[in-house]
Amino acid sequence: MKRDFDFVVVGGGPAGLAAAVQARSLGLSVALVDEQPAPGGQIYRAVERAEAEGRAAALGADYRDGLALVRAFRDCGAVHFASRQVWQVEPEGRVFATDGRESIVLRGSRILVAVGALERPVPIRGWTLPGVMTVGAAQVLHKSIGLLPSPGVWIAGSGPLVLHFAAEVVAAGGRLAGILDTARGGLPEAAIANAAGMLRGWRYLARGLGYLAALRQADVRRVTGVEAVEAVGEGRIARVRWRVNGAWNEAPAEGLLLHEGVIPSTHMTFALGCAHDWDDAQRCFRPRTDDFGATDVEAILVAGDCGGIGGARVAECQGRLAAIGAATALGRLPVPERERLARPAREALARHRAIRGFLDALYAPPPELLAPPDDVIVCRCESITAGRIREAVALGCRGPNQVKSFTRCGMGPCQGRLCGPTVTGTIAAELGVPPAQAGAFRVRPPLKPVRLGELAALAEPGEGA
Amino acid sequence: MREADAIVVGGGLHGCSAALQLALRGRRVVVLERRHVGRHASGINAGGVRTLGRDLAEVPLSVLGMAHWHGIRELVGDDCGFTACRQVKVAETPAELSALERRAQAVRRLGYDHERVVDAHELRRLVPAVAGHCVGALVADGDGAADPYRTTHAFAARARAAGAQVVEGAAVTGLDWRHGAWVVATTAGTWRAGAVVNAAGAWAGRLAALAGDDFPLTTRASMMIVTERMPPFVVPVVSAAGRALSFKQSASGTVIIGGGQQGRADLDREQAWVNVSNLARSAQAAAALFPAMREARVVRAWCGIEAQTPDRLPVIGHSTRAPGLVHVFGFSGHGFQLGPVCGLAVADLVLAGGTALPVAPFSPARFAAAAAA
Repeated sequence: MKRDFDFVVVGGGPAGLAAAVQARSLGLSVALVDEQPAPGGQIYRAVERAEAEGRAAALGADYRDGLALVRAFRDCGAVHFASRQVWQVEPEGRVFATDGRESIVLRGSRILVAVGALERPVPIRGWTLPGVMTVGAAQVLHKSIGLLPSPGVWIAGSGPLVLHFAAEVVAAGGRLAGILDTARGGLPEAAIANAAGMLRGWRYLARGLGYLAALRQADVRRVTGVEAVEAVGEGRIARVRWRVNGAWNEAPAEGLLLHEGVIPSTHMTFALGCAHDWDDAQRCFRPRTDDFGATDVEAILVAGDCGGIGGARVAECQGRLAAIGAATALGRLPVPERERLARPAREALARHRAIRGFLDALYAPPPELLAPPDDVIVCRCESITAGRIREAVALGCRGPNQVKSFTRCGMGPCQGRLCGPTVTGTIAAELGVPPAQAGAFRVRPPLKPVRLGELAALAEPGEGA
Repeated sequence: MREADAIVVGGGLHGCSAALQLALRGRRVVVLERRHVGRHASGINAGGVRTLGRDLAEVPLSVLGMAHWHGIRELVGDDCGFTACRQVKVAETPAELSALERRAQAVRRLGYDHERVVDAHELRRLVPAVAGHCVGALVADGDGAADPYRTTHAFAARARAAGAQVVEGAAVTGLDWRHGAWVVATTAGTWRAGAVVNAAGAWAGRLAALAGDDFPLTTRASMMIVTERMPPFVVPVVSAAGRALSFKQSASGTVIIGGGQQGRADLDREQAWVNVSNLARSAQAAAALFPAMREARVVRAWCGIEAQTPDRLPVIGHSTRAPGLVHVFGFSGHGFQLGPVCGLAVADLVLAGGTALPVAPFSPARFAAAAAA
């Protein structure tokens, strides 16, 4: 099978799919590698199957919108490597992907990193107890196999996904114990600060208000102004505790779903050595790019949420722009033609981005999440608490990599994916410096654990020993 | 401008060890480290503490150095994670075993008895998990492994306790001989001292060039692999006669696989990149000696960067051109074990102009001679 392509796309969400379709229309040879069995990414996960089984409508109009993009991708002539996790991308353009048994190596003249977002880690007391998981993980179970949370499950957090998922559960006939809303931006303040954006992004707002109405109608309990949440139990969660106006409340809980928004998945771009900046509005690192998604590493481009959270529509526009930029960089599209093609995508991008300032302000994560109390576990792989990180800082550590060497924090199989933002935040708060100065974990291959035998099989014949 | 008796450039193990010995002898010493202590090869190497299989020129120094490891707690107040768990170099064929026997004879002829050849039966007793085809091994019973990051920090901490100053975030920008002393300009201020120790690791060639010394150095970016935790199954550090491999299981159960397969280094960006094709050969070597390892999951791979000389022996000694400049670098992938003893040699060189320790084969003059010829 062909292994060399003009354009290799990593990630099958809206950014990757749109980029593949656009790149094919410009005559580039395209491969798309994705860990899911079918195109769609997180947002349009299994949309074809849900449609075939008559479940797509219940998952919302926005979800069903993904069908058109998925179908366009199926028809575009890109080679689709499905159910493959990319565990290494080299700056020179080699992409290594495993199906769990063996790895393939693809080569791209340009590589698009479109690996999306991950949920911001929510290190609270009890977050490592069985029965506590993220809203995103619960949504994967629902979208892919139709599984709903049991009625005694609470949702705690903020961000568009919380209301969206709660409404999704209700629409599918499920029930919830309640929602603990930790949004602290304050709707009026966020609205005033971003009035212009709100007017242009009214469709997003209307959608949010629609979720709230649906939840009220279904009589889902919603507690607002929640300042802190804890899971309590022996061996698994039994109760949830929350604080409002300084007073603690508690209730029995069969489960707890946490969510405090999403952050760019930057493991791949960090591993590639791309330059990153700290985004103060979104409280996360993101790779530095130009208008076409090009990074400071020549062969590498970025599109979608992994370059900064924008949502599906923004991702789609960025995917198209990245493909257009790559075609020009490869000498396949003259600059004037590039500008003509880019215009509609740029205009749509501005439109879809309008609401972002409002959402960022409304759903700003609470400072305790970035720097939790001493007894809270930060690194789940190695069971390292925030207190241990502070001790390492007191011993002279000035950044996450030194803390890692001192404490093993971030040395486990997740490679700091789940603790990185908290480690950076805790060190920055402790030293009183901006997070950008504290820095981030260096990321090393493989991006996902790979069997040693599988790695050994990549040794070129005759070069062994 | 701050004054010192000696300035050590580089906060790796060799720099910290030299600083410790100078401070113990009552000298005012400052270590200037561009990033932080143990940032590069010193902090992230495979941690092998090995006399086994060394170049014959290195054997006398390495054997002396081993005594310091066995007394490491007395030296730095911490055990540095050192365990004398043995090192075992495995032969997979009779021809490889014969070569190991010849090697052991050569070492004995020099008057050393730290290496012994074992047969397949004894190999299996020492390393029960080793592949069935292996026919014997060369063994050094006093060898072992240590935690490199912890070791480097223990030396830095002990040097500080002895009065040395260790300045992190001080990148050298200028090196000048003025009025009988070195003036070292850094991003964190300027220091002046009669002696400078060049322990700048991968960047030692650049520092030497500031003083007018030219060494034919390349950069090594030796890669390492760490797996997820596994039940204990191997005690010694294992290498192979016919393959580039070093293999050990840490106390936490993770397996660390090294052996010198090369990634790509970028001295300007102070970074190194793993090369998967080369890394695959390390994985292949590990799987050949320990077939059960095929199912182990690789969690992380990385490279440490340092300078390599054409003869793969270190550079230890006075500059042939510049006064008061002592070089200690170019360990070419096997300098960790030599760290403690080299600190003594460097302190001798700085304070007495010479040393009784066997470092003559590593004189910088060997390259000056080559350049002149």
